[in-house]
Amino acid sequence: MSTADIIKRCEALYEDLHFSASREWKAADPGRKVIGYMPVYVPVELIHAAGMLPLGIMGGGDQMEVIHGDAYYQSYICRIPRSTIELGIAKRLDFVDGMLFPSICDVIRNLSGMWKLMFPDTYVRYIDVPQNYKDDIGGLFYQQEMRELLEGLEELSGRKVSDDDLRNSIKVYNENRALIREIYKQRSAEPWKIPTAELYLLARAGMVLPVEEHSDMLREYLEAVAIEDKPKRDNCRVIINGSFCEQPPLNLIKSIEMSGCYIVDDDYIQVNRWLKEDVPTDINPFQALASAFLHHSADTAAKYAETEEDVGKQLLESIRENRAEGVIFAAPSFCDPALLWRPMLADKISEHNVPYISFKYAENSGQMAPIREQAGTFADSIKLWS
Amino acid sequence: MSNQAQTEVIKEPSMIMQKELIASNYDALTSSGETGKKVVSTFVPGNLNELIRCFDLVNNLPEINAINNGMRKKSGGMIMDAEKSGHSEDVCTYVKSDIGMMSQGNIAPNGKPMPRPDVLLLSYTGCYTFMKWFELLRHEYHCPTLMLQVPYQGDGKITRNMVEYVVKQLKEVVIPGLEEVSGVKFDIDRLREMMKRSAQAEDDLVWVLESAKHKPSPIDAYFGAVYYMGPIFTAFRGTQQAVDYYKVLRKEIQARIDKGQGPITPEGEQTDQRYRLVVEGPPNWTSFREFWKLFYDEGAVVVASTYSKVGGLYDQGFRHSPDNPLESLAEYCLGCYTNNNMPQRVDLIEQYMNEYEADGFLTNSIKSCNSFAAGELLMMREIEKRTGKPGAFIETDLVDPRYFSHANVKNRLESYFQMIEQRRGGSKPIAA
Ligand code: SF4
Ligand code: SF4
Repeated sequence: MSTADIIKRCEALYEDLHFSASREWKAADPGRKVIGYMPVYVPVELIHAAGMLPLGIMGGGDQMEVIHGDAYYQSYICRIPRSTIELGIAKRLDFVDGMLFPSICDVIRNLSGMWKLMFPDTYVRYIDVPQNYKDDIGGLFYQQEMRELLEGLEELSGRKVSDDDLRNSIKVYNENRALIREIYKQRSAEPWKIPTAELYLLARAGMVLPVEEHSDMLREYLEAVAIEDKPKRDNCRVIINGSFCEQPPLNLIKSIEMSGCYIVDDDYIQVNRWLKEDVPTDINPFQALASAFLHHSADTAAKYAETEEDVGKQLLESIRENRAEGVIFAAPSFCDPALLWRPMLADKISEHNVPYISFKYAENSGQMAPIREQAGTFADSIKLWS
Repeated sequence: MSNQAQTEVIKEPSMIMQKELIASNYDALTSSGETGKKVVSTFVPGNLNELIRCFDLVNNLPEINAINNGMRKKSGGMIMDAEKSGHSEDVCTYVKSDIGMMSQGNIAPNGKPMPRPDVLLLSYTGCYTFMKWFELLRHEYHCPTLMLQVPYQGDGKITRNMVEYVVKQLKEVVIPGLEEVSGVKFDIDRLREMMKRSAQAEDDLVWVLESAKHKPSPIDAYFGAVYYMGPIFTAFRGTQQAVDYYKVLRKEIQARIDKGQGPITPEGEQTDQRYRLVVEGPPNWTSFREFWKLFYDEGAVVVASTYSKVGGLYDQGFRHSPDNPLESLAEYCLGCYTNNNMPQRVDLIEQYMNEYEADGFLTNSIKSCNSFAAGELLMMREIEKRTGKPGAFIETDLVDPRYFSHANVKNRLESYFQMIEQRRGGSKPIAA
């Protein structure tokens, strides 16, 4: 299969807000259950180990009209919760047996309780994660939270999950994460070969497909991309930061690349890259997952930076590793975490003379011309001064 | 001012005491350079005032500074300064007011400069923004930061795991950290003593808030309550001064009940109480008096509010307990209003609507505050459904004057009161 064929499939999955692929997976066996989760990270291994399908819910994008959802939110709240509510009310999630709301901000936090009120028959859990990074403090707390989550899932599925089931799931996800890392690495090395719009669609496919199928898809893509060639352009190399929750429309990603920037790292969909190293399978699985979270997870605004030195550390590392020439802070409008974090990150990269621009978007932003113009000017200035 | 008794407004002793207490904390802060006292900055909800006092630290609460700046109409300029220096117009205005205050010399209400904090105690309870706020302050001050993560009651209950986690952080992070900054050894008996006093003050505070069940209500449980909350939610919980203040306050309110009197507003006693309301959400501070006036002029009295529970749900039974001081502090932090999940918040408001025999439920939705605001429209519909009483929704901001539209709020409130009248089956009486 060519990369174009694979991406075509991904695009169809991305556009399908009835989640047919996940529905089909569920329909294949009457005992199957589907657990939805929101950004930025949940321990998907637990869902997998319980024999269920984790389904990443990334809002409604720019294709879905929000009719009911706006009646639930004031104008000054971002768009992802309203389009997610719309998905629920419009019965597009009626096949979903449980919903997980990770600790990312007060909007998603409160959405967990709203979901309890609006959909009382669905299993709903708020996923608290540690902001204390010591193994015997935050680690133990998180292990116990995961145990409680697993108990809930076991009850829902009627099936006990053993440590070996968990280890197996960790292994499966380690493979998936390694493949994602590899594609990110290759994009950074030859960004003209792996446009970010493609990489993004590949990652999005992982939100709705069973992980094994997704890993096969990633392998196929890597094989296909190795034998294809695409022309190299004189683009500058930039990193996108701030887009970890509400996702930009695909057109926005394309616009940035069309305006003369190669995106060499980003913080779009993070669940498949959150844990940055393989999770060990030879120790207690809860301990392994907790330790990976504490010591090897991605840096986003939703996490506490323990020291001033930790602020922006991963961004600076990424700038170095990916030889980025600039940063584009692209955050959803009204996104407290991203927007509060941005001035600190901007200061940090300025200390290293890394230029940046900032703008806000919504998942249904339609006007790309200003963004193209801003990114284009940014690219030109980088080329001119570097 | 037809609804108010035309008497001269006399300040009651509790009002003077309250003012003096808050001022004394500012004096303690601004004189810390001379006294050698160390300063801790921390947040109101779930604050650890008793513990802080065990280390002889002076407690600085940036939210209170923002409120002060809001009420003195200084916050608008501060927010604009912060926005000019790169802070987004979309984020919490308390944060921007604080940052703008720093850039304008960090002047306390007593006209003297505030000290730099020696430590930031980030008690992360009920609001995500707190975390980034103190990261921003640390970015400025480069001082030590102690993080106390308080898990959210996602399932509407406090679990063993949550309590153990908080206690462990207290023992292994917060207490050793405060010992180091202050040079004072932790003495658990000192903590117990303070918690005993906390509970005494809390008993009286609950009595005060519940006095609104009387008809007429002797207090306004929103606009008036923000003054009552002052000492206990800030730097005085655990002190004898707080115990004394609430005793005096209680006595005064008892006297008002005995005489069948209403609350004291900035323009005198409120005699007209046609509408008993429950209010959700913080008030607007930049036009606080004008905002309150829109209520008492129309004969509306607030009988219960959720904002008066941000520093603890004492009316639901919680008391600081000297028997298990650290567990008790943990339960306190875990139990604050904004750390409750949405179904709990709806249940609480429904309870207030019934117990306080309210005529309606009003939400003051705050642009700044996702912790409160996200989900409030659903809450309002749930309350209406459960109680059959009408709800209303207004939108303002805490300390950003650009988001307080007097005309809009006035129109909204007036039509709301008419709606309450209609639901009662009569038309609105012409104001006396
Ligand atoms: S976009 Fe930002 S504010 Fe909105 S739900 Fe996501 S993290 Fe929260
Ligand atoms: S978001 Fe709300 S609770 Fe949080 S700091 Fe701002 S006003 Fe306070």
